[in-house]
Amino acid sequence: MHIPDGYLSPQTYLPLFGVAAFFWATAVKRVRSALSHRYVPYLAMAAAFSFLIQMFNIPIPGGTTGHAVGGAVVAVLLGPWAAVLTISIVLIIQAVVFGDGGITAIGANCFNMAVVMPFISYGVFRLVAGNARGGKRFLAAAFLAGYIGLTAAAVVTAIQFGIQPMIAQDAHGQPLCAPYPLTVAVPVMAAEHLLLFGIVEGFVTAMLVNYFVKHEPGLVYAFREV
Amino acid sequence: MAPFQKKLWAGLIVMALLSPLGVVLPKLFNAEDAWGEWSSEKLKELIGFVPAGLEKLADLWKAPIPDYNPGGDGASLGAQVGWYIFSGLLGIILAAGAIYLLGRIFRRHEK
Repeated sequence: MHIPDGYLSPQTYLPLFGVAAFFWATAVKRVRSALSHRYVPYLAMAAAFSFLIQMFNIPIPGGTTGHAVGGAVVAVLLGPWAAVLTISIVLIIQAVVFGDGGITAIGANCFNMAVVMPFISYGVFRLVAGNARGGKRFLAAAFLAGYIGLTAAAVVTAIQFGIQPMIAQDAHGQPLCAPYPLTVAVPVMAAEHLLLFGIVEGFVTAMLVNYFVKHEPGLVYAFREV
Repeated sequence: MAPFQKKLWAGLIVMALLSPLGVVLPKLFNAEDAWGEWSSEKLKELIGFVPAGLEKLADLWKAPIPDYNPGGDGASLGAQVGWYIFSGLLGIILAAGAIYLLGRIFRRHEK
């Protein structure tokens, strides 16, 4: 889901830098006032965790690969704004140091994985979990937070890919950037995340949220806000 | 450091040590790049040409450790596993370090 350099036209990646910058600025404000010093180690661990989970490429046999992002578990445990900040930092490090995701696409990739994903995940969790703090409903909420959050991020990414042939073409109608239209990009990316990668994200989210609720329930952001 | 936090850090280090699964499993199942993240060469194979705008930007940035695996697919499996573990550990240091640094900056501004 890391869009490389060249796949997005400037008329796509520039506005997305603007949108991402707005969320970064708001996240800095929110996280600064909401998190005391004792949360800094958890933010650091969340960033390290998101970096690492993204290294576990999961194969679709004979096809492509994908991976979880960790955006849902960070959003539920530390809050969506903390997730905006930590996942964005991870994505910037990945682009600059490891060439995973383009430099020009940092705004787009942060919007998709560090804004869309955590807010959708957090909303789904709150909606499904209600007041549950354990049990089946609670686990289902955590699973769905990961499953739907990651798939939503994939669909938004696919839309950015898919509109390129319409908005970026040369005089002969040849695509200048990402070549596949919406009718290919959206179904492919939605399907692979619905059928495999989203399920992995869902399980990871459910397992970890469950672990933290058992061992450090005071930490869980989604409960403090209820 | 609280024992609970120590345990979590240890878990993260174990994840870094296991991260080569991310390169071994795709090889085992004959799976290639993520959808939409192809190199220019691969794109040429797929659609017959490299879109002009894409070609211009594709090599804009030379990352120091491309794809956590600077030797690429051609390197020995041992080298690829080694680079993955190194990248995982470096990732922990960079990601956590960036947060601690930000935390310091915020605190200074509060005083």
